[in-house]
Amino acid sequence: MTTIFGYPLIVILSQLMLGLVNGSFYAMLSLGVAVIFGLMGVVNFAHGAFYMLGAFGALLGLQWFGIGYWPSLILSPLIVGTIGIVLERLLLRHLYKLDPLYGLLVTFGLALVAEGSLQNYFGSSGQSYPVPSILTGTWNLGFMILPIYRAWVILASVVVSFTTWYVIERTRLGATLRAATQNAPLLQAFGINVPRMVVLTFGGGVALAALAGVLAAPVIQVSPLMGQSLVIVVFAVVVIGGMGSILGSVLGGLGLGVIEGFTKVLYPEASNIVVFVIMAIVLVVRPAGLFGKE
Amino acid sequence: MSARLTPILYAVLLVLAVCVPLLGVYPVFVMQLLCFAMFACAYNLLLGFSGMLSFGHAAFLGSAAYATCWLVTAQHWGTVPAILAGVAVSAILGTIIGAIAIRRRGIYFAMITLALSQIVYFVCLEAKFTGGENGIQGVPRGSVLGIVPLQSDIAMYYFVLAVFVLVFLFIYRIIHSPFGQVLKAIRDNEPRATSLGYDIGRHKLVAFILSAAIAGLAGSLKGLVLGFATLSDVQQSTSGLVILMPLIGGTGTFFGPVIGAGVIITLQQYLSDRVGGWVTVIIGAIFVACVMAFRRGVVGELIALVGRKTKTS
Repeated sequence: MTTIFGYPLIVILSQLMLGLVNGSFYAMLSLGVAVIFGLMGVVNFAHGAFYMLGAFGALLGLQWFGIGYWPSLILSPLIVGTIGIVLERLLLRHLYKLDPLYGLLVTFGLALVAEGSLQNYFGSSGQSYPVPSILTGTWNLGFMILPIYRAWVILASVVVSFTTWYVIERTRLGATLRAATQNAPLLQAFGINVPRMVVLTFGGGVALAALAGVLAAPVIQVSPLMGQSLVIVVFAVVVIGGMGSILGSVLGGLGLGVIEGFTKVLYPEASNIVVFVIMAIVLVVRPAGLFGKE
Repeated sequence: MSARLTPILYAVLLVLAVCVPLLGVYPVFVMQLLCFAMFACAYNLLLGFSGMLSFGHAAFLGSAAYATCWLVTAQHWGTVPAILAGVAVSAILGTIIGAIAIRRRGIYFAMITLALSQIVYFVCLEAKFTGGENGIQGVPRGSVLGIVPLQSDIAMYYFVLAVFVLVFLFIYRIIHSPFGQVLKAIRDNEPRATSLGYDIGRHKLVAFILSAAIAGLAGSLKGLVLGFATLSDVQQSTSGLVILMPLIGGTGTFFGPVIGAGVIITLQQYLSDRVGGWVTVIIGAIFVACVMAFRRGVVGELIALVGRKTKTS
């Protein structure tokens, strides 16, 4: 059997695979956090809760109404995105003129409300969500066995992440968005409805988190607290990538997922903290983050 | 509040605090309240007076609680040396985390402290001496330097109260020292403080370490009062609670954090019997309500009210 550093190749490859899957979720979530922060100056602590709501949307859709995986992939992000829009209109928009820390605190409170309520209804234990039938099974690649669903998750998130990056960095709509982050009053003077753009961006970022939640539902246990510690990892990813840098958060997310996977092989005890340690090192060497400009 | 009234108010509160055991209030509850009030005051030193919002203060409370409980239980240290060691641990941790976090400001500072405190959480979860999910239990209270035994709740209560009053006076001293004035200057206008020649980084770091050390003292005492240290002491939800306390009472006011701690701890105790798991939801809703409509907090609103009255009269 082939080994690298005394570890069987197959173990390393399958952990790499798991790392990429986790990294896909990090990428999609930190992308949303970065976009929302870039435009609104709000660090969305509830992002993990929205991710959880997305997964619950799929689970409850199946259990209560028999809605399958594919419709859920659209429906759940739409519903959760709408919740996000309502919250932005009701609460967040009153805080834009204040210190951004207030946005962090409000979304932290919202996350507590969402997670606590669902915990009361469904308990803390996880429930499993079936893998859609087309994507069950595995491919034997010769050197490793690849579960099809995991390959799909990686593919889907890479496509979604890079599409979002493309839209924001390379299209006219994206140029308008970026202009709004630079100078909103001026853009408004050009006749563009900036508040509407802000609310749609927030809804979009939240929907992205919910989409990640639906994608994650079949590979993890769906539980009310599934996003609680994830959101902290996502924050670390965003800090490492450079706050507001979209490419930084996508590449950072995937890369850190892989590093975390390797750590699981080499020194499992450290796998939970490796991202935070890397964050500390990056901050010492390059305080603005790897892709950040300052 | 007018300058003449304040000392009288504090004297009345102190007399009340001394009489608590006679009033038939459960002393362990009041001790817990005092520990959290101390924690909140330590936090307010950072948030209210230096303008730094740390989202990882549970790391200091918890690490000191674990250190003290482990030293007393497994190493049979005396109570006072174990408390001092706990404070030292949290101060060292504060130096490391502070030195990294003060490289950034505002929202970044919050996210960095949150991430770094998560390292402390996972270390406590996985290290051998912390007892994992069970924590350290059955911690004896010992005695003050072999002279005053602390087994009885009454003795422990007066010990905690004495420490609390000393800490409160110490924080008062810091705030009203030249060092504290510089901190407030940094909070209000950092570029101006820099241009006046103050070493911003060093002042912020010292404030952070002081806050971490006092938070640690609160953690050590809490561990001894309750007789255990658990993961909830280092969890991010605890870091969230200690932000909420000064926020309710009034950030940057002197007595606000104590009121905030009182409100939250009483709510927790009172509600957990009645509504069970809904406590988290209620705390979250209070968080939202405070930020949306009540940013000055109880004491802040009172000061504003008195200020308005004296202006009109």
